[in-house]
Amino acid sequence: MSTTTHDAEIRRLEEVARRIRVGIIRGVNQAKAGHLGGPLSAADILAALYFRVMRVRPDEPEWPDRDRFVLSKGHSSIGLYAALAVRGYFPIEELLTFDSFGSRLQGHPDMTRLPALDMSTGSLGMGISAGLGIALGTRMAGRDSRTFVMLGDGECQEGEVWEAAFLAPRYDLDNLIVIVDHNKLQQYGWPGNGPDERLSPEGPGELVARWSAFGWRVLEVDGHDMAAVVRVLEAATVGDGRPVAIIANTIKGRGVSFMEGRYQWHTRVMTADEFTTAMAELGEPVTTSVGGAA
Amino acid sequence: MTLPMGRALREVFGQTVTDLANTDPRIVMLDADTASSTKADIFHKAHPERFLQMGIAEQNMLGVAAGLATTGYVPFVSTFVAFAVVRPLDQIRVLIAQTGLNVKICGGYAGLFTGVTGKTHLIVDDLSIMRAMPGMITIAPADDVEAEQVLRWAAGYDGPVYIRLVRDATQRLFDEKYAFAPGKAVVVRDGGDVTLISTGTETPRVVDAAELLAARGIQAHILHVPTLKPLDAPAIVAAADRTGVVVTVEEGTVIGGLGGAVTETLSEHRPTVVKRLGLQDVYGESASNDELLELYGLSAARVADRVQAFVEAQKTAGHASPAA
Repeated sequence: MSTTTHDAEIRRLEEVARRIRVGIIRGVNQAKAGHLGGPLSAADILAALYFRVMRVRPDEPEWPDRDRFVLSKGHSSIGLYAALAVRGYFPIEELLTFDSFGSRLQGHPDMTRLPALDMSTGSLGMGISAGLGIALGTRMAGRDSRTFVMLGDGECQEGEVWEAAFLAPRYDLDNLIVIVDHNKLQQYGWPGNGPDERLSPEGPGELVARWSAFGWRVLEVDGHDMAAVVRVLEAATVGDGRPVAIIANTIKGRGVSFMEGRYQWHTRVMTADEFTTAMAELGEPVTTSVGGAA
Repeated sequence: MTLPMGRALREVFGQTVTDLANTDPRIVMLDADTASSTKADIFHKAHPERFLQMGIAEQNMLGVAAGLATTGYVPFVSTFVAFAVVRPLDQIRVLIAQTGLNVKICGGYAGLFTGVTGKTHLIVDDLSIMRAMPGMITIAPADDVEAEQVLRWAAGYDGPVYIRLVRDATQRLFDEKYAFAPGKAVVVRDGGDVTLISTGTETPRVVDAAELLAARGIQAHILHVPTLKPLDAPAIVAAADRTGVVVTVEEGTVIGGLGGAVTETLSEHRPTVVKRLGLQDVYGESASNDELLELYGLSAARVADRVQAFVEAQKTAGHASPAA
């Protein structure tokens, strides 16, 4: 790819990520419920996955040879729904049904409601196990399919994560790619300096050290540098026999200034003014459609 | 005369799933390092490429099973009930029951016959827990004949199933003419004085108890309920109607298990006084199988005595059976 083409591609993906963020803000604002900080930190990675790296068919969501995605941090569901909507799995207006009665867009991902979902999640620590099973099954069946699993950094406190981390190298599952959304904040966490501060669940380098110690191939990336995100995901799909863990350094609430880096926005309802400000910062007039201008 | 011994259900499990896998390439076996105990090792020897060692990590194992099921495989998950059901309960709930994925959870070492392990391994509330979980078919076979048929049926059914299995050899109730039907209870003895409703490997002991009762002039009507969910409510009501005096017997806690299921059903459809025999809100302990059956009043002799006492008390209280 030429430099110009590459730059245009990165700009395209950045625009997709912006539209995903708009979908997150609109969906949560409409529902007056749901999570914001985690979906916003994951938006750039979701854009790169669903619009460039993953081999999927939105009009045939259960295509057997598709790449799979499991959102182990299921509380970031609105981020995944927004990515799927922008990708064309379902109408973007459906994001406004998020979390409401009868919606396919349940508070946490429910595969029995929405065929585009490769697994139901919401109870932390489980998605990686299911992803491991999917990677094992697709390989046993001889399918050229990769399984991507997104974990939260707080989620890595669950013991099940490390049960799976122990097992995957035993089966040489290099078709299993875990992405840890390392946004360094969880819902409440441990006090830092001052009442509004929180310590990161893991210190610098700790996630890299832990996943490496379990025998994974570990890659690190700035989760908001689209060119770098694309580069690391594409590198991850070239297997060397080991499962891959990508530690994505991100900012919780990324894209909305007053949410960035503030644990209080893990889940919180916006005021009307906050909603207007958030939309303005995302370059989106409040009056346009839910997923932003095409 | 007592019923003869059959093959141990764990042997039936290992051999039957191995046989099924000979013709069904979708079947895989997941083990949490207990294969030599649960007899999943029979499968390992026959189908090493489809025997998946998950290590001593049961929560992950149930999640892996769910993932495998989405790719078209039929995972049989096998370990002791303590670790197949209770420890990974939330994984079963979220990834298997709520999704309806095609996973077969085979709980070995259920009930009292666990080879002298003590209370950590004596799981007496598995039926209560599993039948309370929406979407989970729950089956407790009576003997080796029925266990084989249940496993064969489960392999062909698309959805989650819990199967209760027992470590040691138990008595054989059924012959080769028996045909298991999912969701159906079966009358295994007719009688007009008292209705005994039982499940799992307790049923053969209840049949022996009925012979003891017959010698004392009490004819028992016995309903065997292999499928705790979906429950055969019409059969339970009909069995209660047969005598009007009902006793449930199970090798497990009476809270929420068969005793719970029967009393729920009869309360709604045919209010009846029910005596529930089983573990009365206690944990087990280390002892031989026979000692444990005596301790909890579940041997044939103890069941017969307790049923007789209940029948006589009911007569005194004026709840005589219609036939009396």
